[in-house]
Amino acid sequence: MDLGQINPLLLLASLMVAATPILLAAIGEAVVEKSGVLNLGVEGMMITGAVVGFAISVNTGNPAVGFVGAALAGAALSLLFGVLVLYLMSNQVATGLALTLFGLGLSSLIGKPYEGVKAPSLARLDIPVLGDIPVLGPILFRHDPMVYVSLIIVAATWFVLTRTRAGLILRGVGENHDAAHALGYKVVHVRLLAIAFGGACAGLGGAYVSLVRVPQWVEGMTAGAGWIALAIVVFASWRPWRVLLGAYLFGGITVLQLNLQAAGAAIPVDILAISPYVVTILVLVIISLRGSHGAPGSLGRIFHATH
Amino acid sequence: MRAVKTLLASAALATGLSGAAMAQDKTKVGFIYVGPIGDGGYTYEHNQARLAVEEHFGDKVETVYQESVPEGADAERAITQMALSGADLIFTTSFGFMDPTVAVAEKFPDVKFEHATGYKRAENLSTYSARFYEGRVVMGHIAGKMTKTNKIGYIAAFPIPEVIRGINATYLAAQKVNPDVEFSIIWAYTWFDPSKEADAAQALLEQGADVILQHTDSTAPQAAAEKAGNVITFGQASDMAEYKPRPRVTSIIDNWGPYYIDRVQAVMDGTWESHDVWQGIGDGMVEIGEITGLPEDLTKEAEDLRDRVGSGELHAFTGPINKQDGTPWLAEGETASDEDLLTMEFFVEGLTGEIPSN
Repeated sequence: MDLGQINPLLLLASLMVAATPILLAAIGEAVVEKSGVLNLGVEGMMITGAVVGFAISVNTGNPAVGFVGAALAGAALSLLFGVLVLYLMSNQVATGLALTLFGLGLSSLIGKPYEGVKAPSLARLDIPVLGDIPVLGPILFRHDPMVYVSLIIVAATWFVLTRTRAGLILRGVGENHDAAHALGYKVVHVRLLAIAFGGACAGLGGAYVSLVRVPQWVEGMTAGAGWIALAIVVFASWRPWRVLLGAYLFGGITVLQLNLQAAGAAIPVDILAISPYVVTILVLVIISLRGSHGAPGSLGRIFHATH
Repeated sequence: MRAVKTLLASAALATGLSGAAMAQDKTKVGFIYVGPIGDGGYTYEHNQARLAVEEHFGDKVETVYQESVPEGADAERAITQMALSGADLIFTTSFGFMDPTVAVAEKFPDVKFEHATGYKRAENLSTYSARFYEGRVVMGHIAGKMTKTNKIGYIAAFPIPEVIRGINATYLAAQKVNPDVEFSIIWAYTWFDPSKEADAAQALLEQGADVILQHTDSTAPQAAAEKAGNVITFGQASDMAEYKPRPRVTSIIDNWGPYYIDRVQAVMDGTWESHDVWQGIGDGMVEIGEITGLPEDLTKEAEDLRDRVGSGELHAFTGPINKQDGTPWLAEGETASDEDLLTMEFFVEGLTGEIPSN
């Protein structure tokens, strides 16, 4: 075993890359759930974002346009879900699962011509002065722009949810939709916007997988990341900064266990391989023991104005 | 998660099979895949073979397939559904489908089953596999010659004999031409997860590997290597030609088409019998993809090696070989028996690290 082979700086840098897709998807889903809607279609929206982002990047040669397209595609798919659950009042769990199935099928249909095609790469930002800071520079300031975008989204989500009136209304709708309705807030509209935001974030997360992390289009390539994102939202007790913590923790342990294996650490591989899940569950248990879970009161319940 | 996957698989199955209107006089052939048909690797090649069956038999055959079937209990239901839908012959194409296939074969004695890479057989259940390890000899040789850091990264799927055999065969060939070579092995515990495969390749590259081999199904490690530059890789299961000439310098291609056509014909003729087939380069089931981006003399050596392994002149496991703990396995000039190869659960001497318990 030679743990000296593991370069902690590179490890931290690849941690941020590994965590970004689930971070984006999870922060979007956190907002959706805060508004009282449970959308289990994250995987479907991610994979759709992945393929649409990839296709647009290949055709335009511009990854940035691809990311925008991925966000729009994720939002469009989520609005389909929104119309079904908010206006037609279908069951949220079943509709979410259907959305995942639909997204997986749709993406492989769209993706057929793009198998084996290479994507234009997203240039890393070499932030001039900051990137040269010893130690911290390479970890924090030499990533592709999407890593920073994801962090900005987390910060903005935190700010809006906890420091603005719009955030208060959104939380109110999620806690008790009848009360919010009685106060005159448009429950359905608020939720529709939240769902669209969640879809856009999931789309971005998916595109990050196909444009940066892997980078190519392979059918089914998100391989369950959407489900992890759903778990992280619960893990984080629906709080934005904890979503960041959860995503980085999960991504970090995933990358660390691969590095430990490559370095030949004398820890049984089975234990290394399950460690991201075990640690996530452990933290979840510890948080639960402390009492406050913060699950929105109306989460998953169907809202009908006349009831 | 498991429940969700079950739901997904059953829903997908329902949609997949509903379109298959049944025609009585056609032979119906089913395929159970472990990954998506667009993985660009293992499942892609099985699906190419399915298409070859369709093309060969035209109207006389009808094929159905179910992709991304999880290994384990879920597989049993997927295979059962396929048998219930009237399939005459079902190919289950991954090692982890072994016990489910055995269980379903027992319940449907009139349906013929073919399980890839396993070792459990029955009256109506054949096994078939390819000697992928023969191709690993060529890869190991190239890897040993090309590495400058003497560090070779290997992304392995599961600790099963087939994968362990591949690692051993590669190592023996590499170490023969470069005694200083070291292997770093990552067990990904998945056949298909592009993100994880990319991360694994990244971890190996960061620790100085300049040759990456994979025994997982997607092209993600190829992309990671290409991005890193100055690294060579090998196509796995499929040619992965889009990464020519570098990083991919050659590949192991699984060519199942002729075998599938053979077996479907046997069912049509009523001559199908349970058997166990294990074919390699010589039979054409394993092909070595075009060698690209290498020095001319090395290309020649590799081609020569391929031909010698194919003709049976050279066996991948020829003694003297010791096991990892130093106990002798094969004596000078002795070659490994198929039995030994099929149940291989040890590393050969020189490899570091332990094989995780399965």
